[in-house]
Amino acid sequence: MSGVSENRVLAGSPSTGEAARGGLIADVPRRALILLGLFAALLLVAPATVGDYLLSVMILVLYYAYLGLAWNVMMGFAGQFSLGHALYIGLGGYTAGALFVHYGLPPWFGMVVGAAVAAVMGGVIGALGFRFGVKGVYFALLTIAFAEFTRILFDHWGWVGASSGLYLPVEYRDTDDLWLLRGSATMFYYVILAMTAGAFILCHWLLQRRVGYYWQAIREDQEAAQTLGIDVFRYKMIAVMLSAAMTAIGGVFYAFYYNNLYPETIFSMHRSIELMLGVIIGGIGTLFGPILGAIVLTTLGEMLTGLTEDLGLDGIKQMSYGVALLVIIVYRPGGLWPWLRRRLGLEKPR
Amino acid sequence: MTGDLAAATAPMLRVDGVGKSFRGLKAVQAVSFEVPRRGIVALIGPNGAGKTTTFNLIAGAMRPDTGRVFLEGRDITGLRPDRICHAGIGRTFQLVKPFGELSVEDNVIVGALRGTHDVGAARRQSAKILALLGLDDKAGLPAHSLTLPDRKRLEVARALATQPKLLLLDEVMAGLRPMEVDRMVATLRSLNEETGMTILLIEHVMRAVMALSHWVVVLNYGEKICEGTPGEVTSDPRVLECYLGDEAL
Repeated sequence: MSGVSENRVLAGSPSTGEAARGGLIADVPRRALILLGLFAALLLVAPATVGDYLLSVMILVLYYAYLGLAWNVMMGFAGQFSLGHALYIGLGGYTAGALFVHYGLPPWFGMVVGAAVAAVMGGVIGALGFRFGVKGVYFALLTIAFAEFTRILFDHWGWVGASSGLYLPVEYRDTDDLWLLRGSATMFYYVILAMTAGAFILCHWLLQRRVGYYWQAIREDQEAAQTLGIDVFRYKMIAVMLSAAMTAIGGVFYAFYYNNLYPETIFSMHRSIELMLGVIIGGIGTLFGPILGAIVLTTLGEMLTGLTEDLGLDGIKQMSYGVALLVIIVYRPGGLWPWLRRRLGLEKPR
Repeated sequence: MTGDLAAATAPMLRVDGVGKSFRGLKAVQAVSFEVPRRGIVALIGPNGAGKTTTFNLIAGAMRPDTGRVFLEGRDITGLRPDRICHAGIGRTFQLVKPFGELSVEDNVIVGALRGTHDVGAARRQSAKILALLGLDDKAGLPAHSLTLPDRKRLEVARALATQPKLLLLDEVMAGLRPMEVDRMVATLRSLNEETGMTILLIEHVMRAVMALSHWVVVLNYGEKICEGTPGEVTSDPRVLECYLGDEAL
């Protein structure tokens, strides 16, 4: 009756001899799997071989890799520019921190609540921006505005310590308490490693689903995407809320690892910029770019911090970030990962 | 029941007195025409006649100030473009809009996902469509690397992948060489004959209009000046006048 069913020629008829695709690793070249396995193995055994300092740097690398992966969902996949992701770090950290300090609730519970709070906040910002056609740079300004006024709110909110900060009690323990996330750096290392691995797998999985295709279509051309039947508002909302929730979980890690939260630092614009720098350097919209970018940028930062202390040159770290960014924009505008991927021979067979 | 009957007998598309003004400039006024089921209708007219605006009014990119649009008797006036796509209209853009960073295949998969959640099924369907449009050897290339004629083909492939009942084609022959025009005409004609797909096209390439369309609607200055078979329209003095000026007669 309807034209849709008449168009059998165009409809996909079942099984034309082609092997069933899908699954998590079906599309990944073998070589990439081997390299990824080696990389994962290296990360798994690292704490046994490296010293305290190097371990702390690796935790920082994984923390920024995780945040980069989260920001990349919104900017890299769906093309929605957020300059205020510190907002979600802060919401996650403060929610879990305050629930722990005031009620002794474990961070795993705080993680769920914090992610939900951040998703709602992301939803509010997204709904305002997308409903009223606030796009690009103006949308980014909206995200900054929300981060800034949340910072001011927390600066004056006594229950979370206002401007003097919220402190998580640090007790000395012999054993790692994974339930309350109190313990050694090695435990925190494995926690952030698991989070980063989880985010990486989630992103890979999403990109192979309809939602991943739809996000990228919206990123490339919103009008064309809508003409192909995509409810762009809905899919942009999913991207923002998911990215916010993931970022908030990173904030929970921050709170329990550093044990102190100040509105001034956690909600600062500086944080928002820091977490996206790695992604830009590694490769926006790629899966491994945020991880590579975090490795490069954090290593660079640490090396230069050492140098700064030796030579007494303040601010060289920030300057070097700027230089690194400039070099990337000029010579590898797509980021380091697409270039390295070619070098490693990991391009998808075509 | 009566609704079903009405839907079964209604034309595929009925445009009823649609009008659209931009800051007082009447881009389209009181334009009415029908596209019968399984028909191929061409919308022609000089530059600025309001053809693309009419497409935008049908496809939901703009809401008409006046008039209604019906698809199989169902009022679709002012629906969002994604809803119109789900209702069964696929369209291409005159100024092509490929998803540049995505591969040609992935571009078509996005369209094919209109009818399925399964990326594997969408990939199989897009392979057929790419073969149909002669883009199969370029499936793995990023869309931004295509030449303009190939981008036009990609527009058609992507719209087809949504499995529309009615396909709106906005100057897909422009920039094609005569041989490529013939090939596109053959592809569209076989789609129309084999799958019964209804087609409404805007076209300047008269070779294609004459070869393809069963019926031609002519617009000038936002108004419909005449309609008829390709033979009738091309000999109509009003049409010659709007294309060539009255001195030419």
